[in-house]
Amino acid sequence: MKEISCKLLVIGAGPGGYVCAIRAGQLGIDTVIVEAGRPGGTCLNVGCIPSKALIHAAEEFEKVAHMASGKSPLGISAAPPSLDLAKTVVWKDGIVSRLTNGIAGLLKKAKVKTVQGWATFRDGKTVEVETETGTQVIRAETVVIATGSAPVELPFLPFGGPVISSTEALALGAVPKRLAVVGGGYIGLELGIAFAKLGAAVTVVEALPRVLAQYDAELTRPVVKRLAELGIEVMTGAKAKGLASEGQAGKGQAGKGDALLVETADGKNARVAADKILVTVGRKPLTEGFGLEQIDLDMAGKDGAGKDGAGKFIRIDDQCRTSMRGVFAIGDVTGEPMLAHRAMAQGEMVAEIVAGHKRSWDKRSIPAICFTDPELVTAGLSPEEAKALGGEIKIGQFPFAANGRAMTKLGEEGFVRVVARADNHLVLGIQAVGQGVSELSAAFGLALEMGARLEDIAGTIHAHPTQGEGFQEAALKALGHALHV
Amino acid sequence: MGEHVIKLPDVGEGVAEAELVEWHVKVGDLVREDAVLAAVMTDKATVEIPSPVDGEILWLGAEIGDTVAIGSPIVRLKVAGEGNVKDALQEVEEGATPSPERQRSTPTPSPSPQGGGGRATASKVGAKPTLSSSVDSKGIEGVGAAATESPSPLRGGVRGGGTAPTSRVAAPGGAPRPEGEKPLASPAIRLRAREAGIDLRQVAGSGPAGRIGHEDIDAFLARGPQVARTSGLARNDAIEDIKVIGLRRKIAEKMALAKSRIPHITYVEEIDVTALEDLRAALNKEKRPAGAERPKLTLLPFLMRAMVRAIADQPQLNALFDDEAGIIHQHGGVHIGIAAQTPSGLVVPVVRHAEARDIWDCAAELNRLAEAAKSGTATRDELSGSTITITSLGAMGGVATTPVINHPEVAIVGVNKMMVRPVWDGTQFMPRKMMNLSSSFDHRVIDGWDAAVFVQRIKTLLETPALIFMD
Repeated sequence: MKEISCKLLVIGAGPGGYVCAIRAGQLGIDTVIVEAGRPGGTCLNVGCIPSKALIHAAEEFEKVAHMASGKSPLGISAAPPSLDLAKTVVWKDGIVSRLTNGIAGLLKKAKVKTVQGWATFRDGKTVEVETETGTQVIRAETVVIATGSAPVELPFLPFGGPVISSTEALALGAVPKRLAVVGGGYIGLELGIAFAKLGAAVTVVEALPRVLAQYDAELTRPVVKRLAELGIEVMTGAKAKGLASEGQAGKGQAGKGDALLVETADGKNARVAADKILVTVGRKPLTEGFGLEQIDLDMAGKDGAGKDGAGKFIRIDDQCRTSMRGVFAIGDVTGEPMLAHRAMAQGEMVAEIVAGHKRSWDKRSIPAICFTDPELVTAGLSPEEAKALGGEIKIGQFPFAANGRAMTKLGEEGFVRVVARADNHLVLGIQAVGQGVSELSAAFGLALEMGARLEDIAGTIHAHPTQGEGFQEAALKALGHALHV
Repeated sequence: MGEHVIKLPDVGEGVAEAELVEWHVKVGDLVREDAVLAAVMTDKATVEIPSPVDGEILWLGAEIGDTVAIGSPIVRLKVAGEGNVKDALQEVEEGATPSPERQRSTPTPSPSPQGGGGRATASKVGAKPTLSSSVDSKGIEGVGAAATESPSPLRGGVRGGGTAPTSRVAAPGGAPRPEGEKPLASPAIRLRAREAGIDLRQVAGSGPAGRIGHEDIDAFLARGPQVARTSGLARNDAIEDIKVIGLRRKIAEKMALAKSRIPHITYVEEIDVTALEDLRAALNKEKRPAGAERPKLTLLPFLMRAMVRAIADQPQLNALFDDEAGIIHQHGGVHIGIAAQTPSGLVVPVVRHAEARDIWDCAAELNRLAEAAKSGTATRDELSGSTITITSLGAMGGVATTPVINHPEVAIVGVNKMMVRPVWDGTQFMPRKMMNLSSSFDHRVIDGWDAAVFVQRIKTLLETPALIFMD
């Protein structure tokens, strides 16, 4: 097969890779993108988008079930709902396929050549792609590694059979009766909550003393409360040990039921009955299987700061350059935070650098969202991180219990919290927890990126009645004159 | 509602006037009792003037750099209650204003209408006067809180009473922001800067919280390529006028006096301090007696003790020469001034009665004074009254110096850098730790011969350090 030569080769068509390729195409760069699966990567195919579809279906189902229980204060009653999860999955797949086709179209429109297949480095400028029609060699002046990440597998709970990753969880044909979730991070809780709403008996097993441990306890409290309301059992300080069989446990069941063996916080062994065991203990960068060892890049630790060769992430600088000239890396393969929007911003930046523009990473915040119930948003610095800077800080917090719109949505749980410098009121960080607060992330990110002070937020008219008013009120609170609390 | 006039208090023994070196407040500020209003400098010490009352600053009676007589009114405050002024206007007019031509605002005899505003300025005088705006202590609290709620970048650190704003905006020519702090700019500004090749860290922000705007970029670019350019040579036509005030002025006056009045003779001799260094190392290594806080010894305490010994033979070196009266005050007590560099300039803390202190005591006192001088907490007493002075630049001491006598003393001993030099011992070169002493003397009253004898005596003592301790 004839060799392809191009200016820019992007390996991986996830959110980082496809954005990089589209932007490069817009800038007139001769670009090739290689992807083994469908375009869109984890995000579109087995991550952000499908999980949000499932979560939405679960929310709707739970609402109707709540109405059917006769407890709805809205005065609506309904017949108990029933669910055809296979149909839900078809609906979800429809969305995914529209989006992935959309990306294929956008790439084409930007005159990016897509090569489908698995790429392997031959050297820093050359890859071989195993396509359906044979081996395609591609030579490029510049290579962008955007291979993404994959769910971490536990050695004592290998994926297969009842043990599933988030990928399989999003494609189940039926709701498992009993679901054990190993790992109480945001992926585990998002899916755990969704399946609980769809009727599964969910148990979350978390090794740390609390779930969503990277967030402060105040912020996660409404989520923990909701977990209890949904009947989700949370075992903290507990370690999953492996598979067990209920039959062996001698509980009289037909010996077919599976269970998860757990060492509880007090050191005892317990069995968690489970039809499916969802393992969500993090994601690892995809650095194997594509000949990365051929080009021997410097690697970094989780925060990008590890010693050379010590980490599992590809080390990058503030322009996403790796240790090899002409080789960039973007997205999950470069470390935390593993978020699609970070990868997209990196991809866009790298395309512009390749086009000769002066760019470097100067973002003030990468907002992060947990689509739990209630939702959780963080942007910028937490109060603890802000305090660690050394200066005095001001914190303003406004509860949704005092927000009219939140009340009318039955969403009084949660709050917006603003963290600012005490001396000049520069906003350093914004967090929120509450129903639908994910949409507030845009305002939070904008405020931080524009360098807003508390007065800027307090002085901006926020439309009434919206939950966004909570943002303004939190800023007013930090200034000492909140109006509605 | 009344007025309280603060007069410059007596800040030290026999001082008739003091130089105002810093205002901590400005007109319109609300101050609390004990808040620092100003700093004045007497002979050598800086004294802070606290407010005896709560109130609002109406008038400041001097500008930085002015010399103010003790007892002159320097601040007028509006206070709750009677105040200490019956007829404020009369008092102020009668009061000896040190520099009336520089008086910044005319006194307002009637109760000021600006009571309600923490940031009220003279321009607000026309505001509606209300009785309720009277400033009692509660009012101050409220206003103080309000003031902190709307800081401007120029009032970075507003404290409780609205005093002493710490500016976060750097002076022209300085770094635009504290080291390590990221420049604050919107994404559009960052993009523009990057495309224009501007490092935003070099750009000062004029917006709130130091935010950099398009106009700041415009200004940065307008300043010309020599500013933006990071390499190459460029003309610098800037002239900065720096007012010589405070300690710097004192130093200038003192140096001019010493050099214009005293015919200096400087005598340089080299000292072999090998034995002294061995002794010093041994003493520092020696286990401290339990309970006794022994300071680490430097060379200076040995030199001080050697000088005490030499002065015992030549008391005329330990003297103050009042040339106007034609009298030499020869002191029995050896009060050794130690010239010390501080962030604001040269000061000379004094180790009193070195003749009555052993080596450890000298070292401890030296440490204490050096610390006090560096932190600016040395009192006026600790910074005056020396009868002879040592000047040492330590590792920066150089080969020789020409020390300037601390007027009206008659001698100063300068310590130069210690270094290992080859010394001919008669048969071969030996590496010896050598150090020069550069000493200046007032040639009007000290003959060259006496100066040489004095330095040679110190040389003998330091080269055979046991002699320092022999009685």
